[in-house]
Amino acid sequence: MEKITFASQLMQYLITGLTVGSIYAMVAIGFNIIYNVTEIINFAQGEFVMLGGLIMVFLHVAAGLPLLAAFPLTIILVTLAGMLLDRLAISPIRQPSVLTLIIATIGASIIIKGIAMFIWGKDPFDLPAFSGRNPIHLMGAVIQPQYLWVGGFLIIIVILLTFFFEKTIIGKAMSACAENPDAASLVGINVKHMILLSFSLSAAIGAVAGITITPISLMEYDRGAMLAIKGFGAVVLGGLGSFPGAILGGLILGTIESFGAGLIHSGYKDAFALIVLLAVLFIRPSGLLGSVEVSKFKRF
Amino acid sequence: MLRIGKLPITFFALFIIVFPWIARVIPGIGHYPDLLIFAGIYCLMTMGLSLLLGYTGQISLGQAAFYGIGAYVSAILTTTYGLNPWLCMIIGMIVAAIVAIMVGVPALKLRGHYLAMATLAFGIIVFIIFNEEVEWTGGPDGMSGIPGLSVFGFNFDTTEKYYYLVWFFVYAAFIFTINVIQSRSGRALRAIHASEAASNAMGIDVSRFKIMVFVYSAILASLAGSLYAHRLNFINPTTFDLFFSIKLLIMIALGGMHDIWGAIIGAFLITFLSFEWLHFFGEFEVIVYGVILLLIIIFLPHGLAGIPHIVKGWLRR
Repeated sequence: MEKITFASQLMQYLITGLTVGSIYAMVAIGFNIIYNVTEIINFAQGEFVMLGGLIMVFLHVAAGLPLLAAFPLTIILVTLAGMLLDRLAISPIRQPSVLTLIIATIGASIIIKGIAMFIWGKDPFDLPAFSGRNPIHLMGAVIQPQYLWVGGFLIIIVILLTFFFEKTIIGKAMSACAENPDAASLVGINVKHMILLSFSLSAAIGAVAGITITPISLMEYDRGAMLAIKGFGAVVLGGLGSFPGAILGGLILGTIESFGAGLIHSGYKDAFALIVLLAVLFIRPSGLLGSVEVSKFKRF
Repeated sequence: MLRIGKLPITFFALFIIVFPWIARVIPGIGHYPDLLIFAGIYCLMTMGLSLLLGYTGQISLGQAAFYGIGAYVSAILTTTYGLNPWLCMIIGMIVAAIVAIMVGVPALKLRGHYLAMATLAFGIIVFIIFNEEVEWTGGPDGMSGIPGLSVFGFNFDTTEKYYYLVWFFVYAAFIFTINVIQSRSGRALRAIHASEAASNAMGIDVSRFKIMVFVYSAILASLAGSLYAHRLNFINPTTFDLFFSIKLLIMIALGGMHDIWGAIIGAFLITFLSFEWLHFFGEFEVIVYGVILLLIIIFLPHGLAGIPHIVKGWLRR
């Protein structure tokens, strides 16, 4: 047994913080994908994460599917939920305004939460870690193998998204919608399809976040709202709409939360991220990497 | 939308006054006055939120926090310090107003999503404080032994007496709110909703008006919280969670957020839904609320109070 020193404790907080922060970063990326195409903040973003975790538990633990089959199947199912969200809650709105869209996504989020409670009940569920739970020791800190999976998937998502937006024609079309929806539709891009695609992509990323975090922190039906608001904290900290900002914001937010809970008061763990969110909103709403000029041109 | 007829207001007042007698006569609704106490408490909050959201166009997802501040200030000062409940009620409103100014001054500079998220975060932080400051608030177990209300030896100890007390406050707030809506200030608020830039150009002090409405809604919510605490004699944090803020939003969306009557209709309907009609669903009532919210936003953006306008439109055709 190694001696627990203050330095090793700090190291531990940093590692845990970066892991949780990677999850916030994934939620934040999900927010940004939808926001960039539609200028909607999807208050149901956290529910995708919750669904990802719980559906994975069902397929992998209850139905006994192997990890490699359950993982993609979960992502497909959550993606379908994202498409349904767009088709049933967002696109039927005839006169969209910030207010109606906020209310619609809140309505959708409590429906998803209620259905999850109906299916899974209120108990938290565990998922076996992808590659066991034998911790790795590094400078006195304990690293669960699952932590590496979380970080790894964040990197994979970033690489795939970069490729998608830079190299594929659909990705470029989506970026065009983000720049100027009217001009995009003039050059023959179907904006409605792009909106649907943005909800699907964002749901898929939420599902990955849920699947990878469940072995670490379990998952229950009502986790969505808190994940959504912390993910939004990461979005704002990094600058709304900025992908590098989302990653940076998520990692910083997770680290602050982890250190705050460890050094100041563990009961206020959830409050730290929210206080950071308020501080950023009050002092510099454009975030670290966002641009004040760009935000002035946004409709909402 | 600015003119509010005097006749419906009078009828409504008469209805509220005679209702306990009606409830006593008709079988099966004997407990309705008890429900109307809660409807009244919710009305206090929805009226403030209607003025803030419907008339001024500023969203708040943190109203439960002010409700909780009123309830906890009343509970702590009466049980731990033995102060007079009426004094505590006033102190609660002052505390809520101060908090509303502290949060509102920076928050109301924000717009749209940012304002929604900022008020949401504020509400959750206050909820966490209620849970964590165990020495003061009793933590998740809550506080009990909160005294009832009385005035010069007259106790508001029965349902009917408390009913009239609550509705006295609601009616006073209702009349005051209507007067605000129909005054110069009310027109200024509508102007802010339409365009902040144009209002500024017309010489309306936009930020001052927004903060005043926010503070007013906080004071009403705090009063509602105190009335709630003295009625139940027991409070715990779950009453003041995020879902309650969302429920208030559902109330005014359902009733119609651009009409003060919408606030009242919504508060009544949701009270009856949650205490009376949705028992069958148990905890799954959230699904029903979500569906109501979506249907209203998609098919009736002006809520139930907007139906007369739609019908008028059909008749004219």
